Amino acid sequence: MSEIREIKLTVNGKAYEGRCEPRKLLVDFIREDLGLTGTHIGCEHGICGACTILFNGEAARSCLMFAVQAQGAELLTVEGLAKGDEYHPLQQAFHEHHALQCGYCTPGMLIAALDFLATNPAPTEDEIREGISSVLCRCTGYVNIVKAVAAAAEVMRGASVQTGRSDPPP
Amino acid sequence: MKPAKFEYHAPASIEEALVILGRYDGEARVLAGGQSLVPMMNFRLATPKAIVDLNPIAGLSYIEEDDEVVRIGSMTRQRRLEFEPLVGAKLPLLHEGLRWIGHLPTRSRGTIGGSIAHADPSAEIPMVLQALEGEVVARGPQGERRIPVGDLFHAALTTSLAPLEIITEVRFPAMPAQAVYAVEEFARRNGDFAVAAVAVVVVRDGDRCTKARLATAGVGPTSIRLRDAEAVLEQKGLTEDAITEAADKAAAQVDPVSDLNGSAEYRRHLTGVLTSRAIAKAIAPRA
Repeated sequence: MSEIREIKLTVNGKAYEGRCEPRKLLVDFIREDLGLTGTHIGCEHGICGACTILFNGEAARSCLMFAVQAQGAELLTVEGLAKGDEYHPLQQAFHEHHALQCGYCTPGMLIAALDFLATNPAPTEDEIREGISSVLCRCTGYVNIVKAVAAAAEVMRGASVQTGRSDPPP
Repeated sequence: MKPAKFEYHAPASIEEALVILGRYDGEARVLAGGQSLVPMMNFRLATPKAIVDLNPIAGLSYIEEDDEVVRIGSMTRQRRLEFEPLVGAKLPLLHEGLRWIGHLPTRSRGTIGGSIAHADPSAEIPMVLQALEGEVVARGPQGERRIPVGDLFHAALTTSLAPLEIITEVRFPAMPAQAVYAVEEFARRNGDFAVAAVAVVVVRDGDRCTKARLATAGVGPTSIRLRDAEAVLEQKGLTEDAITEAADKAAAQVDPVSDLNGSAEYRRHLTGVLTSRAIAKAIAPRA
């Protein structure tokens, strides 16, 4: 009874298409059908943030959307952050500040931080803590993640860096 | 877990959505932002036969003001409201309340109408709707009707909306320019459901309090107005004694339950504490 839907969308600037049931979660579609396994699945109910992606330029939980809802959408996943061999400033800062241990939350943390910095390019430490509170990390105690986001913010303010948004932040 | 099978519909209009809903005789669910419904489906607490997705319907996302009434399309994202200057200018209490809802990535999807229709007891938007005495516009097969907030919330997750009605608009009277306001909320972690929250709007005339509106979240089956506390402030002003008395009345009026996040007694205590803090914060000079 459950019909198969064809979905065409853009991920990290590249056109993709796939076929799935309406009940397929967007995160599963990204991982299983598009083969982009950088986006992780943690809790599957919108709490942990590991599956955070940019959906039409805004961070969203891909476990709380169905793939059919991404028809024609533009997504950015962690695979789209680096330019060739060159890390995005957030990735570079996470690397330099040792802002990950197991790495499970990192794709969500990077994308959530990217969106947060688009809305608040010069955050205080408290604002960074609030900004990254949408993603749970069970290894680091957050200290180095906070440092990394602050460092990346400084770099990104100095340079014109891809934020995943085509329009200026509100 | 993964959602159970369902039939997916992406109607182009509210009328079409109502026709599809009617075909399923109560076994279809309306999908707005999905930040509550989809987790319930992932857990299989909700296993609707069909999903009627409102996201493709054009014209349900807007913020307009006519004659001191702010009208907000039901599918307007919480995130858009958060960054909308008109909300900051005319409904600063809503602006304040929005910051407490989940996180930026959930506010990107979550909608104002979806939050109201879901009627979670701990949700901030129903609390703000109570404090600002707003109303919703609902569309059904017989046409449109307006439901004042006082007639809307019946019980936890239960509203007076008919099975074949969809909220299309949320209306708030613009706050008077001299109104002061605050939201105080306690949750165990940033972005968690409120264990208790109180919203306050106060209009002053010299030492007198000409209007006080207080509403709750998290401390009963639905958000309620704290009418006894309002009466104290309107009769006795905003003295320290009156605030203490209002907080006691607030704690006495609520009907909280015990769960993993706190006992009923603790929530009652928090209601009093948050009421006095919110009033004090509202009337304190703003930087």
